[in-house]
Amino acid sequence: MASVLFVGCGGSGNGDQASDQSSQENENGLSSFEQKNGIGPVTEKLDLGEIDKELAKKGQNMFETKCSACHKMDERYVGPQLRNTTEERTPEYVMNMILNPAEMVKKHPEAKKKLAEFMTPMPNQNLSQEEARSIVEFLRYMNKNQDVDEI
Amino acid sequence: MNTIHKIIGTWALPLLVVSGVLLAGCQNGQQIGSSDDAASKVYVAPGEHDEFYGFFSGGYNGQLGIYGLPSGRHLFTVPVFSQAPVNGYGYSEETKAMLNTSHGFVPWGDAHHPELSQTNGETDGRWIFINENNTPRVARIGLDDFKTQEIIEIPNSAGNHASPFVTPNTEYISAATRFSIPMDDKDMQNMDVPIDSYKENFRGTLSFIKVSDKGKMNIDFQILMPGFDYDLSHAGKGPSDGWSFFTSYNSEEANTLLEINASKNDKDFIAAVNWKKAAEYVKQGKGTMMPGEHVRNYIDHEEGGIAKSETIEEVRVLDPRKLDGLVYFLPTPKSPHGVDVDPSGKYIVAGGKLSTVIPVHSFAKMKKAIENEEFEGEVMGVPVLNYDSILYGEVENPGLGPLHTEFDGKGNAYTTAFISSEIVKWDIEKTEVVDRINTYYSPGHLMIPGGDSQKPDGKYLVALNKITKDRYLPTGPEMFHSAQLIDISGEKMKLLLDFPTEGEPHYAQGIAAEKVIENQKRFYKLEDNGHPDAITSEKQARVERDGNEVHIYMTAIRSHFTPDNIEGVKVGDEVYFHITNLEQDWDVPHGFAIKGANNAELLIMPGETLSFKWEPQKEGVFPFYCTDFCSALHQEMQGYVRVSPKGSDVEIAYGTGQ
Repeated sequence: MASVLFVGCGGSGNGDQASDQSSQENENGLSSFEQKNGIGPVTEKLDLGEIDKELAKKGQNMFETKCSACHKMDERYVGPQLRNTTEERTPEYVMNMILNPAEMVKKHPEAKKKLAEFMTPMPNQNLSQEEARSIVEFLRYMNKNQDVDEI
Repeated sequence: MNTIHKIIGTWALPLLVVSGVLLAGCQNGQQIGSSDDAASKVYVAPGEHDEFYGFFSGGYNGQLGIYGLPSGRHLFTVPVFSQAPVNGYGYSEETKAMLNTSHGFVPWGDAHHPELSQTNGETDGRWIFINENNTPRVARIGLDDFKTQEIIEIPNSAGNHASPFVTPNTEYISAATRFSIPMDDKDMQNMDVPIDSYKENFRGTLSFIKVSDKGKMNIDFQILMPGFDYDLSHAGKGPSDGWSFFTSYNSEEANTLLEINASKNDKDFIAAVNWKKAAEYVKQGKGTMMPGEHVRNYIDHEEGGIAKSETIEEVRVLDPRKLDGLVYFLPTPKSPHGVDVDPSGKYIVAGGKLSTVIPVHSFAKMKKAIENEEFEGEVMGVPVLNYDSILYGEVENPGLGPLHTEFDGKGNAYTTAFISSEIVKWDIEKTEVVDRINTYYSPGHLMIPGGDSQKPDGKYLVALNKITKDRYLPTGPEMFHSAQLIDISGEKMKLLLDFPTEGEPHYAQGIAAEKVIENQKRFYKLEDNGHPDAITSEKQARVERDGNEVHIYMTAIRSHFTPDNIEGVKVGDEVYFHITNLEQDWDVPHGFAIKGANNAELLIMPGETLSFKWEPQKEGVFPFYCTDFCSALHQEMQGYVRVSPKGSDVEIAYGTGQ
């Protein structure tokens, strides 16, 4: 059963994840790429580089409109606090969570756990992939600059 | 026990009598029910979609009902001419203005005829128009968001019944007076005159509303007409494109007991209007600008989604006594109701309510008769053509009380017969009846998707019955109207389905679903929200006092309002909640209601801002909450407003989560 599901999932990570993925599938039917990086439109590892402050600023604006009603940096609110998210999750995971929340809370064990804890499913705010990427940059900035509340 | 028996007894007896009579009238008993394979033909499996959208007027509920076909499932209701507490249409600060007229705010309307926009004679899925009969208006509903986007009032009119019928490229939609009213020749104004001066003073008008590429409506011209009752209309198409046809009754010009006094003449008239010629006259500046106060209301979500009203003072009026070639009368038996032009555009079919035949006029013959001036008279400058010169043929034995006709695009016409409660299928070229089917009971209009266009989808027909009686479980004296779906794909018509419809659907239109689905909006983008009182993040949430006005700028997202604790409001204040729904996903509206408000709720779509006016009458703490179950913690989506006595010194304060 698990192998059938694996074929159907078609997670096609490559680069450093590729060998991992082909050798492993787990009991959730997720590929190891998906296990680490979430289920959604982001199916390959991203090359992030240094923090891009301009991009992070864009992400901040986006975050304020689409996310801040439920997420704070340093306190549990409707959703989890996000100060150290980029340490706990891969950037790909964060993007898939933003872009594909309904499937994530249904299928991904980590996202399922969060839903059980917070009870409010994360809404799909219909961001583009670029917009989700800018939020990752904003969260990386906030993680690196622990004392600031805005850029 | 006895009582129950009695109740069943009183219900059952008339039912038996009714069905007995009807059975006797049927060709065979099976037609009372539906055909054997009907269930599979109307079955739309869970999760599957219907093949057609059906747009059914709500009649006296003033709205537009959306049904899926063939299932008959009621999908939605679009509020149009009546206030709708279900979502705050006509109650919210943004939408109130949609119901403004030259008579002030009118909270109710009588919606009769939906009409889809067309391109090249085919329904195109951009808009649907619908008329209001009582306080003459025409509305345009966008099929991208299923919301009323514009309503224009028709001046110098009463009983806007022959409306709104589109020309093949939606150049114009027409609107005509069912009830003629006294109109001064000099300034068209309704006059304080004795009602029995009807013949001397009463006039009708035929209005043509120009529709811009973006849908904006304006009244391009009106044609002044004799004081008949103008009943229904359809535009020409193909060879007859450029003409519109309006039925009239009461050519007797009676003003009392019309059921007798307006049924005396053997023939009344179809008015054939050369609208292309009229448009040329208008371009040349002909006609007269006359007083004609009317209000146009419009709302645009790209411009903030706040309805605006403008009053237009004048209208251009064309007088057939002064301008040649504008209108001709086609004599038509007898008190004709519907007038329908077949898909080829060659034939004009009239449903003479009291006639024993269906007359079919030939457009080519009409043109020839005009050229040869084969006139048998003139009424108020309008030449009356010779009946025999324009008639193509008469359909014999069409049933009693023929009303409306639609077409299948395969050479057949279908006409409702109200009195004999049936639909009659006839061959257009041969003008011969080829099939008939009973309906339950007494159909008014009928609808085939695209059935009044040049490209009908001749698969299904819907009979819009006027009388329901025993078709459903009884619901007291008042019940929904009954629609019936009939399979017209084969030679014989087959009854497939009964389904109840809300209000009184007079007419309906249908369109292949794929023409509508592709343009669907699923939410309004927050970044495009141009509402002046919108806020796009909780940071901007605030409460401001301006004299006795308090403005609360609030956000809603699953599952809280910000702010949700508000103090400093006082008795006598006018409180405005401006609420922006921050969600950006399909089908996540939030609702808003507050205890004791003399107002309806708001239902705020994702990305939308709506405003709610509240005038607290008493001091105390008043809860508000989300009325639309939005998440597992929906029950927690609530807040409080503290109301202090007038003149107290409680300062404005607000917050969420503090």
